[in-house]
Amino acid sequence: MNLIKIIAIIILTPLVGGLLTGFDRIISARLQGRQGPPLLQPFYDVLKLTEKESIEVNSMHRFFVYVSLVFVVFTTLIMLSGGDILLAIFALTLGSVFFVLGGYASNSPYNTIGSERELLQIMSYEPMVLLTCIGLYYAQKSFFIKDIISATKPSIIYLPGVFLGLVFVLTFKLRKSPFDLSMSHHGHQEIVKGITTEYSGKDLAVIEVTHWYEVIISLTLVYVFFATVSPISHVFAVIACLLVYLFEIIIDNSSARVKWQHALRSAWVVTGVMGTVNLLILSFF
Amino acid sequence: MDGIKKSPWILHYDGTSCNGCDIEVLACLTPLYDVERFGIINTGNPKHADVFLITGSVNEQNIPVVKQLYEQMPEPKVVVAVGICATSGGIFAECYNVAGGVDKVIPVDVYVPGCAARPEAIIDGVVKGLEILGEKKKNVGKRK
Ligand code: SF4
Repeated sequence: MNLIKIIAIIILTPLVGGLLTGFDRIISARLQGRQGPPLLQPFYDVLKLTEKESIEVNSMHRFFVYVSLVFVVFTTLIMLSGGDILLAIFALTLGSVFFVLGGYASNSPYNTIGSERELLQIMSYEPMVLLTCIGLYYAQKSFFIKDIISATKPSIIYLPGVFLGLVFVLTFKLRKSPFDLSMSHHGHQEIVKGITTEYSGKDLAVIEVTHWYEVIISLTLVYVFFATVSPISHVFAVIACLLVYLFEIIIDNSSARVKWQHALRSAWVVTGVMGTVNLLILSFF
Repeated sequence: MDGIKKSPWILHYDGTSCNGCDIEVLACLTPLYDVERFGIINTGNPKHADVFLITGSVNEQNIPVVKQLYEQMPEPKVVVAVGICATSGGIFAECYNVAGGVDKVIPVDVYVPGCAARPEAIIDGVVKGLEILGEKKKNVGKRK
């Protein structure tokens, strides 16, 4: 039974993530007055990439991408099976760090600058994500997602500030403008393709699939704020996830990329104000 | 299924073009023509590209650049020469620095005529290139 569940999570997560990315591309195109690609375009892209030659710069830089995928899949498994959110977040960070190492390993100037920017991004969003975990613990007295989503009151009632802060930093994790410093899916090309510049073929496909998993992980973080013991709340939680995703797409299309100083500062100010103040207030009750 | 035909990513390089063709290439991305309908993306990175779109003729200065970009693209790949300059040198063919069409340096698969090539013609050229891309993919499999 458990094995079936694990396999289902591993297969279904990228399918849903890929579909969401397809919606993302259509909605982005419509916002720009274009028709946009077919819904299944992300799958076609990945299929094509697997058919292409993978250029090997050196043996290590490909290895790191696969390790990164393993950790991200592990994170997804923990989160979707109701496991420890703190463990999930640290596994996710490990995945990101391996991704950065892969960027450095190729020794290309574009990849190196992409890796540095990715590190800055990790620095920007990580404090808020940790505060989210702490806040959820404060509110529901458990780090386990299955306990958090079976509480009587949704966590959003206790943690509105933390939630807003989380939505703010999800822009980093979903690789959306204005915070898509290290790589972006759109045609912004100022540093070639950032951290993915040296990857081609199957390796690039793996990076894309990793991103699909990350989209689901990000939305799961939104989900736990709304889900409670009553079944109807899970419907609301899914709607909330979709609304947050739509909101991020609109922000993505209506803003230009900012400098890294600004990204870092604004993320930390939001974390400081939204996260900390919310937790302080919570600790008085 | 043939994924490669559904998601051709393009690398656009400007040789000795007068920029007329380049503007038409970029016009393909605008809402009017919107090549993303066919999954076409304009990447700035040879390692992600499937179609090498080159405008303008080659000259002594950019021969190594064109060669290097071509070699950096992973197989299978096609080259589309856009505009009469890229095909034969066009009106610049007689210039002292111009080496001629792109096929002097790298193998070209599709020639798109016009000065400047119309966006419709460019899209047609890329779609034609996709057929060749499909053929090449089979051969890549055979060689292994
Ligand atoms: S074909 Fe005509 S428009 Fe195109 S680059 Fe040459 S001269 Fe310019």
